[in-house]
Amino acid sequence: MNKTWLIIKREYLTRVRKKTFILSTILTPLLMIGILAAITFISVKNMDSEKVAVIDPDNYFEGNLENGKTITFDFVTNVDTSNFEKQGYSGVLIPPRTGFNNSDSIKLITSKNFGMSVSDGIQRQINRAMENNLISRELNIKPSQIDSIKDRAREVPYADMIKGEGDVLKQGNSGVAFGVGYASGFLIYITLFIYGSMVMRGVMEEKTNRIAEVVISSVKPGQLMMGKILGIGAVGLTQFLMWIILIIIFSSIIGIFISPEAMAQVQESQNGMPGSSQQGSEAIRMLSSAQIELSSVNWGMIIFCFLFYFIGGYLFYAALFAAVGSTVNEDPQDAQSLMLPITMPIILAIVIMVNAVTNPNSAMATWSSIIPFFSPIVMMARIPFGVPGTVPWWQLGLSMSLLVAGFFLTTWMAAKIYRTGILMYGKKATWKEMFKWLRR
Amino acid sequence: MNNILQVNNLKKYYASQKAVDDISFSVERGGIFGLLGPNGAGKTTLIRMITGIFYPDNGEIIFDGKPFNARQDVVHIGYMPEERGLYKKMKIGEQALYLAQLKGLGRAEAMEKIKAWFVRLEMQSWWNKKVEDLSKGMSQKLQFVTTVLHEPKLIILDEPFSGLDPVNSNIIKEEIYKLAQNGSTIIFSTHRMEQVEEICNHIILMDKGRKILDGTVHNIKQEFKENLFHIGFEQIPGVDDTQIFEVVHQKENSFILKIRDGYKQNDVLRFFLDRNAGIISFNELLPSLNDIFIKLVEGTSITRQFQETAA
Repeated sequence: MNKTWLIIKREYLTRVRKKTFILSTILTPLLMIGILAAITFISVKNMDSEKVAVIDPDNYFEGNLENGKTITFDFVTNVDTSNFEKQGYSGVLIPPRTGFNNSDSIKLITSKNFGMSVSDGIQRQINRAMENNLISRELNIKPSQIDSIKDRAREVPYADMIKGEGDVLKQGNSGVAFGVGYASGFLIYITLFIYGSMVMRGVMEEKTNRIAEVVISSVKPGQLMMGKILGIGAVGLTQFLMWIILIIIFSSIIGIFISPEAMAQVQESQNGMPGSSQQGSEAIRMLSSAQIELSSVNWGMIIFCFLFYFIGGYLFYAALFAAVGSTVNEDPQDAQSLMLPITMPIILAIVIMVNAVTNPNSAMATWSSIIPFFSPIVMMARIPFGVPGTVPWWQLGLSMSLLVAGFFLTTWMAAKIYRTGILMYGKKATWKEMFKWLRR
Repeated sequence: MNNILQVNNLKKYYASQKAVDDISFSVERGGIFGLLGPNGAGKTTLIRMITGIFYPDNGEIIFDGKPFNARQDVVHIGYMPEERGLYKKMKIGEQALYLAQLKGLGRAEAMEKIKAWFVRLEMQSWWNKKVEDLSKGMSQKLQFVTTVLHEPKLIILDEPFSGLDPVNSNIIKEEIYKLAQNGSTIIFSTHRMEQVEEICNHIILMDKGRKILDGTVHNIKQEFKENLFHIGFEQIPGVDDTQIFEVVHQKENSFILKIRDGYKQNDVLRFFLDRNAGIISFNELLPSLNDIFIKLVEGTSITRQFQETAA
């Protein structure tokens, strides 16, 4: 045990002290925040802004088209389809005349194709205008009355409740659950690949450097393998923790430099359609309700499960990666082909996970969240929807114990392949041979 | 109890060949023992069983009077494999420290010993260098230090001189003698016979997984001698027909003779003295281990052929 500890320490320290580790730990969150900031910046700066002339002699659309950040409607009389470009408009909108029938179309004549967001915005405005117009004309209601009715309708709160233990109603949180489930499933997916292949490369390094036999004359091959897996796992946890801390620090620094108005502007421009004032307030409402929802999610459970599946999934797959690494010789291409059977289930798991976040109760999601090959990724997509609600206790328990059992099984198998593979030089092991080593 | 290591009927079969096929021998405490054999004779497999890397299929290993227990006994064994290497990116001092700690030394103790060895082999300035900065010979030296650092009772060196220049070879050779004098036992595996002749007291020769020769260098040479003698003269005498010997080879002022059965060296000398030949030198020609090796192993194809095992 003492020797395993020495190995863990070496694996950990040599990696953590590497320049590439320090750089990637610091740069990754910077890069992530930078990319986010750049996307926001570009979307603020590069917003299309179009002026549309409306020729509306019958005042059909009067008062029903709202100007937004990207579209401005001008009700004009001195503009027609032949001269709108000279007047500085990028399009002419011709609403229907009084007494139209449904076969008449509303025409928009433009000098170029508008972008998706602009043409969607215009379409929405037209639909709204038509709706309001028809209602007010045919039912003889003032447009202002329609607005107030709509506002009142929107103000009625909606509560999505889940029946919990003892008939206590809890607020539902599908939106947050979706986000959290997606994010944690994806994070585990990425870590499996990053740190799994780190284990594999570590084993290959020991083999090609010919250090393996020297070390194995002092410790058991199993100890060397476990030491490597645990050491790199600790590296992964460290890097993760650093990322979280750094992201919090960086984003709060950015928060200091950017004024609340600027943030609000960004928010608005992201929602940036015409009528954004209304949508903006809706977004704020969404946000405040999201805060309520966040507080009703069982964070303790989610964090515990995330750590469990993070570590369990890593250990389960790292052993397999180590086994593959031990059977490879100098040629990295051999590694590619041998890795395939391991990477396939991981990729399959992410595909199932994407489906499971939208459909956490499907049979597919349920069963693959129990099978250890997929459970670290798929179960994390289901847990935020509620334990015990979406995920009954027995499923969680079964999934966790199968993962632990699976980890022991893969480690045991890997150790057998590893102890033979690590000392084999000169030829690539075939799957048939590996099965033989397993039976020895 | 005078044997540090005793191996009884050791067997290790692979799917395609009998790597070690029923081998028994014993290694006396404090000597330098040679384990010889052509490539693929099974030396490495045998050593891996003695160092606890492989389990034997059959047979027993007695280490220091007790059945070999890998977990406890590896700290008393230092093994430098033929396929050896070091962590390229690690600093040399840390690397030596790590390997020493894996052998069960405490940090302070290991530190002290490493420093002593580094001073002795003039490696002090290497401490903070990385292995990738070292030449092959230098890393070999480091490897040797890490092998013997924990003062093992049994040191197993597989081709320790490959890649070393004559100067460094001699340094290592001297260190091997010193270790043997201080009570360590050294098993020296090689196919370079001239080194064996020079260094080893006792050897065994392996071929195709079996032991084909076992004994001291002196006894083996006696056993394989062909009664050949070299005799030098001031001036070459004429030789008439004699029952005592036959001339195998004549070169300038000397003969190589083979003495016939039933005659002694003195009979030869008397023969020439009677003829007033001026004898300058007379000595026995013992076969070199190389000759014996080639003679015994001859007929074995250069690489070992695969064969089916019935087990």
